[in-house]
Amino acid sequence: MTKYTNTGNKDTRSGFGEGLLAIGRECKDVVALAADLKGSVKMDAFAKEFPERFFQAGIAEANMINVAAGLSLNGKIPFVGTFAAFAAGRVYDQVRMAVAYSETNVKIAASHAGITLGEDGATHQILEDIGLMRMLPGMSVVVPCDFNQTKNATIAAAKWNGPVYLRFGRPSVPNFTGENEVFEIGKAYRLNDGKDVTILACGHLVWEALLAAEELEKEGITADVINVATIKPLDYDTILNSIKKTGCVVTAEEHFIFGGMGEMIAGLLASHFPAPLEFVAIADKFGQSGTPSELMKAYGLDAEHIVAAARRAVSRK
Amino acid sequence: MSDIQRLKDIACQIRRDILRMVTMAKSGHPGGSLSSTDVVTVLYFNKMQHDPKNWNRSGKDADMFFLSCGHESPLLYSALARSGYFPVSELATFRKIGSRLQGHPATDTNLPGVFEASGSLGQGLSVAVGAALGKKLNGDFHKVYCLVGDGESQEGQIWEAAQFASHHKVDNLIAFTDWNGQQIDGTTEEVIGPDHLDQRWKAFGWNVVIAEDGNNMEDILSAIKLAEELQAVEPKPVMVMLKTVMGKGVDFMEGTCKWHGKAPKPEECEAALKQIPETLGDF
Ligand SMILES: Cc1ncc(C[n+]2csc(CCOP(=O)(O)OP(=O)(O)O)c2C)c(N)n1
Repeated sequence: MTKYTNTGNKDTRSGFGEGLLAIGRECKDVVALAADLKGSVKMDAFAKEFPERFFQAGIAEANMINVAAGLSLNGKIPFVGTFAAFAAGRVYDQVRMAVAYSETNVKIAASHAGITLGEDGATHQILEDIGLMRMLPGMSVVVPCDFNQTKNATIAAAKWNGPVYLRFGRPSVPNFTGENEVFEIGKAYRLNDGKDVTILACGHLVWEALLAAEELEKEGITADVINVATIKPLDYDTILNSIKKTGCVVTAEEHFIFGGMGEMIAGLLASHFPAPLEFVAIADKFGQSGTPSELMKAYGLDAEHIVAAARRAVSRK
Repeated sequence: MSDIQRLKDIACQIRRDILRMVTMAKSGHPGGSLSSTDVVTVLYFNKMQHDPKNWNRSGKDADMFFLSCGHESPLLYSALARSGYFPVSELATFRKIGSRLQGHPATDTNLPGVFEASGSLGQGLSVAVGAALGKKLNGDFHKVYCLVGDGESQEGQIWEAAQFASHHKVDNLIAFTDWNGQQIDGTTEEVIGPDHLDQRWKAFGWNVVIAEDGNNMEDILSAIKLAEELQAVEPKPVMVMLKTVMGKGVDFMEGTCKWHGKAPKPEECEAALKQIPETLGDF
């Protein structure tokens, strides 16, 4: 089992903030907009260093998306930051027409995604945003797994030509990828080699997948663990090659089953290589208030549930 | 020929284009397109600095126009074609399969002159505000223009854009309201009054100029001149309120919402065209 070290828990939104500042220093066309959540989405440092390139939009997300589209026409690279619930859900029509259909170079920084937003409850916990965004032609959907990867993915998003939905979160989670690893949009990262089951995970469930693989190894089940950090465009080759080798799959994500990464894989399997698939994701039910770790456990989004799903997948081969 | 007469002639031809495009497509939005024809003519044929043959979506070193009320696409397409962005003959493909002239303006067909898709109402003004901001950041002193419908102004996002532009002193933007008092389900007052649009823009921190006859070239030109003068002394966006007539130029289409989104039958189109001289040659 390949060993990964958690260098200390950190929030992925701060990774975004560091990435934005770094790319802002490198590229003067990078601009940022916030909707009264500048601090929450960690745009403070960028706004302080580049006040002339930061625009406060106020609590008016729809306008913010389209202003960003307009800025991008002039060659600017705008990052719009707000909670994922508002970045994807509230302004879906704006993202659809002004960003995806108009093919504008807007980067949507969607923070506080998923149930681990925690105590604010279901009004703020969007669990359908991956589905909403991946259905839009031309939209790239990136879900980095930890602080370092979110930083590097932010830099990659700025360099990517076209709209990007960058999804990250509020809680502190294990940080284990390389500090300056170059992130490639469109690449799935294989983290461990196994032969019995493929575990595909995104976001902070990648760490849980690694813990699950360790546990499974004790039972003699070896797992290919793949970090599907880009949901769209999907790295079909890496994923299919792994499943052809192992013959079964578990997908793990902080999202509804409906529309999520797992369903995307299910579609891939149905058309290319039918194989048993078990979902670790949230069934058809809204979230609720609680601490992130309580909610992860209550909604079955942890290593224990991945282990159980892997056993089921293997037994169905 | 005076410049006013030249503009009037172009507007006549654009009105004919609109009517013929919509009739041939058996669908589209003649009413609002006809009420906004004069201001769009003034912009493309008098005001704007643009280079139709070397159009570039970045709008660099050129004025930019955004049609927020995207249903007025036949007007935009005719103005673009008559300016030389693409062949006038292409107007015949409006709303047909495979055409670059989509029902509502699109960018994915690579039609020169279209900066951004519009059609979902309430969004275009925000894009124009962003483009104007981008020009300021780039030190490009060209202007950004945007046309908004009065019915469209019922959308909350219009007022989000209003407060943003005012707060960020977007003073290279001149917007226009096609204040024809009509929308789909009736007059704007019937659908959801009170209108008070001029007062609303003022309250949002914009300078407001009113063109008493928004279908009159002289009135439009002097309103824009006043807008420019205001902008020269005060760093504010300006809204030009154009008191227009829905369906302007065709007696049976004027002042009613009935022709907002309805295509005339061929014989109705014939009757309409009789009222508007062919000045530049039909497509
Ligand atoms: C978001 C949205 N809602 C509804 C519509 C349908 N729609 C198209 S035009 C229109 C009326 C617009 O009225 P106005 O802006 O006054 O334009 P005019 O009737 O003068 O052409 C409506 C409701 C739309 N295109 N977008």
